[in-house]
Amino acid sequence: MLVITCPYCGPRPEIEFAHGGEAHIARPQDPSSLGVEDWTEFLYMRANPKGLHAERWRHLHGCARFFNALRDTTTDQFVATYRTGEPRPDLAAVKA
Amino acid sequence: MTRFSAFELFRQGLTGQSGWKPQWRSPEPKAAYDAVIVGGGGHGLGAAYYLASQHGMRNIAVIEKGWLGGGNTGRNTTIIRSNYLFPESAGLYDHSVKLWEGLSRELNYNVMFSQRGVMMLAHTVHDVQVFQRHVHANRAAGVDNEWLTPEEAKAYCPPLNISDNMRYPVLGAALQRRGGTARHDAVAWGYARAADRLGVDILENCEVTGIVRNAQGAVEAVETTRGRIKTPKVGVSAAGHTSVVLGMAGVRLPLESFPLQALVSEPVKPVFPCVVMSNTIHAYISQSDKGELVIGAGTDIYTSYTQRGGLHISQHTLEAICELFPQFRRMRMLRNWGGIVDVTPDRSPIVGKTPVPGLYVNCGWGTGGFKATPGAAHTLAWTIAKDAPHPINAPFTLERFRDGFLIDEAAAAAVAH
Repeated sequence: MLVITCPYCGPRPEIEFAHGGEAHIARPQDPSSLGVEDWTEFLYMRANPKGLHAERWRHLHGCARFFNALRDTTTDQFVATYRTGEPRPDLAAVKA
Repeated sequence: MTRFSAFELFRQGLTGQSGWKPQWRSPEPKAAYDAVIVGGGGHGLGAAYYLASQHGMRNIAVIEKGWLGGGNTGRNTTIIRSNYLFPESAGLYDHSVKLWEGLSRELNYNVMFSQRGVMMLAHTVHDVQVFQRHVHANRAAGVDNEWLTPEEAKAYCPPLNISDNMRYPVLGAALQRRGGTARHDAVAWGYARAADRLGVDILENCEVTGIVRNAQGAVEAVETTRGRIKTPKVGVSAAGHTSVVLGMAGVRLPLESFPLQALVSEPVKPVFPCVVMSNTIHAYISQSDKGELVIGAGTDIYTSYTQRGGLHISQHTLEAICELFPQFRRMRMLRNWGGIVDVTPDRSPIVGKTPVPGLYVNCGWGTGGFKATPGAAHTLAWTIAKDAPHPINAPFTLERFRDGFLIDEAAAAAVAH
């Protein structure tokens, strides 16, 4: 079981959390002007990377708040967790 | 290549069974092929076999980054059934069951297809209504499926606990008698041997590292760890890694890859006559001919490429198994493992063309691709050979997400299936 660090509550076991899929997919500002290809991209297409993945989590059985995480999908190791609304961390800057 | 028969077994017995030859060659890659299949599992090897046997394309290759059948072909729980709700799905999966029925004879290889019946348990009023709807839809589509009372279910599968003091008592079951299991490795090996016999080159330990496109955007070659291979047609059957492979050609897909776990018990004498599935409390169980109980667990909640998952997922399934079959409570589990499954938003596969000319894909089978091996391979081969879909896989396009023609088995089954 993974240990996930909620940015609000600290480290907690995986069973307290729900996975929310790929992060930073912004809802269209002007939905009625969006073409069919853009809607397909927004609704269905996913990066599904083998490596670093920015994804949403929700601390369902804790504070119940959404947050984002950077996780390596080849090891399941969490590199960073950060609050919703914050930009994806620049890993080079984090290491420095 | 030696043809397998009772006589041949006897003849080899005269020399102590020491005269058997390897079942397929290990050739060096040629500089160019008429078509290349990426992925040496049952789906990919099957596609190569049907390309060679039905479409006369024999200058082709299957490239596999590891060993044959080492991915999800060797990691699933071997359940075969076709009782899906929608006519498109029932058509595709039943096409597979019909091919399964003749597969051992066609390949001259015993894939141990055993139609011992697949029983899906209903535990809630909702389950009962949904499964009865499935039964009616299947029968209207010409697919066998029947409704059983709890007593009839227990008569079909005596270990089943139908007492009413369970947390989720069994209220009935849907039974597909033509469903069952097959030997997963044999499917890969049988297709490999039959394809090799028709001249298909099977290249193991050969990983795709790039897909080369020409000025018009069409496929021109694949870059591999064993060199560049020129080809005008590439078919990708890479399961959980499909997003990665198609990403090399700049194609984005509506896929997410999740770990799916399975486990087997210590081997015991025959105790379990059929396949039992419970979507609601999440238990999938059958007994292999070797005697192990083969148990399927659920997917982990997060995307991953690790081929493993959390132990609590397996534990959850075992709790359900012990409740349904109390006689297994003291059994020990031998091994558990994970495979990476590529899941689409509607839980139906994508089999067909891509936006890149000459690039074809067979993916999105999610948690249930093994049962479809022959049908997927057969229709993919047709699509590659003719550059057009077979009527059976025609609804399973990538464009259905854009055009709104989802085949929503996710909603129909309410869980991964």
